[in-house]
Amino acid sequence: MNTALPTKRHYVDPTPFDPGATEPVGAENESFYRASSWRLMWWKFRRHKVAVAAAFILLVFYLIVPFVEVIAPYNQTKRNGDFIYAPPQSLHLTHEGRFVGPFVYSYSQSFDLENFRRVYTVDRTSPQPIRFFCRGDAYKFWGLVNANVHLVCPPENGTMFLLGTDRLGRDLLSRIIYGARISLTIGVVGIAVSFALGLFFGGLAGYLGGWVDHVIQRMIEILRSLPELPLWLALSAALPANWSPILVFFGITIILGLLDWPGLARAVRSKLLALREEDFVKAAELMGASKQRIIARHLIPNFMSHLIASATLSIPSMILGETALSFLGLGLRPPVTSWGVLLNEAQNLAAVQLHPWLLFPIVPVIVVVLAFNFMGDGLRDAADPYH
Amino acid sequence: MIRFLLRRLVTMVVTLLIISALVFFIIKLPPGDFLSNQIAELRAQGESASIAKAEFLIKQYGLDRPAWEQYLVWIGVMPGPNGYSGLLQGDWGWSFEFDKPVVEVVGDALWLTLLVNLAVVIFIHVVSIPIAIYSATRQYSVGDYIATFIGYIGLATPSFLLALILLYYMNRWFGVSIGGLYDAQYAGEPWTWDKIKSLLSHLIVPTLVIGLSGTAAMIRRMRANLLDELGKQYYVTAKAKGLGPNKALLKYPFRMSLNPFIADIGNLLPHLISGSVLVSLVLSLPTVGPILLSALKSQDQFLAGFILMFVAVLTVIGMLISDLLLAMLDPRIRMGGGR
Repeated sequence: MNTALPTKRHYVDPTPFDPGATEPVGAENESFYRASSWRLMWWKFRRHKVAVAAAFILLVFYLIVPFVEVIAPYNQTKRNGDFIYAPPQSLHLTHEGRFVGPFVYSYSQSFDLENFRRVYTVDRTSPQPIRFFCRGDAYKFWGLVNANVHLVCPPENGTMFLLGTDRLGRDLLSRIIYGARISLTIGVVGIAVSFALGLFFGGLAGYLGGWVDHVIQRMIEILRSLPELPLWLALSAALPANWSPILVFFGITIILGLLDWPGLARAVRSKLLALREEDFVKAAELMGASKQRIIARHLIPNFMSHLIASATLSIPSMILGETALSFLGLGLRPPVTSWGVLLNEAQNLAAVQLHPWLLFPIVPVIVVVLAFNFMGDGLRDAADPYH
Repeated sequence: MIRFLLRRLVTMVVTLLIISALVFFIIKLPPGDFLSNQIAELRAQGESASIAKAEFLIKQYGLDRPAWEQYLVWIGVMPGPNGYSGLLQGDWGWSFEFDKPVVEVVGDALWLTLLVNLAVVIFIHVVSIPIAIYSATRQYSVGDYIATFIGYIGLATPSFLLALILLYYMNRWFGVSIGGLYDAQYAGEPWTWDKIKSLLSHLIVPTLVIGLSGTAAMIRRMRANLLDELGKQYYVTAKAKGLGPNKALLKYPFRMSLNPFIADIGNLLPHLISGSVLVSLVLSLPTVGPILLSALKSQDQFLAGFILMFVAVLTVIGMLISDLLLAMLDPRIRMGGGR
């Protein structure tokens, strides 16, 4: 019916329309009625206390990502040959009833010849205070600048393995912090791939309709009926073995994104179809708004919030997917460090029994996945601020 | 009903055909194949007798032909070197790694996979329905919060690690060895009552681990559905007219909320099968999971292809069953016609 309209534009008064002028609203409602939809969403999201807390936790995690070299007390590749499979050292504040500040007790290693195990005994006589803003292991910041400044460092001539060490004597805490960089970006990059694909295919299906819609719908159905993991396995097995770890990283991300888009595409399509019938679109059409204006100003802002919410909810499955693939040895490979790669070392029963701290990388995985879930739930509720 | 069934069957066949092409394409993605890798290796060692055998196998299975011909031969719509013998004819190919027909390699693993997945589906339904009813009828009670919390943990914990940890603690606390699906002494033995008992006791942990995330998702969805129904006026009316709380609940809102629940089996199945593949690897269950991993790593194409197809068929049939159940429950879908 748009095409049937005469080319002469309908007259629209250029001065902004003020609904309060014709029909006064109560003072208590006024800010509500005048707020933009993004502001309304923010108000609604803010009411969701758990979601706000989750968003804060995620913010902290993502703030670590750019500065892992500075925050980690050790370099991720630093091997401490004298401290292999050392258990976690606990952080203390008071020594013999006296406040000293954060410190650790040193421990010495001996070899239990009966069980062939290293035994670590804690020396409780002298506290070793840890240092802040200090010089420690050298690193290349972002692979560019040589530096050695750390936020926290182990005591002078001492060690600080707050989460223990692995089979090469590398500090687990530092490796988890370095792993955050890969594990947290893989979800976001993967979702960007799947977001682009979902927006493209879903938009195509919803906008063009007809046989294109039909073909895309069938494609979505087939992809959704396939179990993800065997496909991930098959696709990752197809990545050439001689690729560099960085290429493998991008390969895995693209694989994760390639299989995730159908859900988003379906959401885009159904939203597009539903919104096209809404009164405000009709109103805009009648007022002579162009097609681009309707899409850009009315349709996209309306379903973008939904899309962001559902994208947030599918990031966890990507993080878990990467963890599972790396755990099986088909995902990322050392020297790239991700939480999945770290868990790969805890694959056997000996790890659970003798070195349970190697399982610790599971904690950040669970925290991040939960936080994304809670935040996604909050966003989904907030995405529809008028209900 | 029969027209509905026929239409669904046709869609299923088309879906499987496309999936088979996709599977074949993915398997062929890595350069080279098992036999040419082996020949290169043997040539380096200078063993000509084995090379001749490998080259014979290449001819036998038509691996020297173009990929699309190989695909058509594999599914059995084009005559290969041995005439029509592909998946459609029940010939599942040859496993180069094990040097045995694929049938013999997978053998028991097929129906054990089926058994594990069936157990998980039953577990999820038996556990999540009562919990969901409880949490929906007593919204914001302590029990509701506990169920929600466990649900979230279930969603966030990677199943393989849970499996590993349970494997250790079950052994330590109860002395049960839960690796494998039956005690080692029964391996290769005929199926006796004792072996079945051993199988059932070994099934508990895998079912729990694989089913946890699915249960969590189901509880969440069912609770939301039920809460929606409980807010509707017909329920209020039914209660106001003096219908007992249990009857009022089970007769109307519960049945309504079951509807999306069954539709969800279709979405659940792919995740379950993914989970079972992963957990099988950790718990070394004799299902198709571990075989698939090794076949993919060594490019044993017929074995990997067959297992991927098997898993896909399992999912598609599961979705068909869920669609049929839904159509039986809800006449609107059965009569709906084109959509």
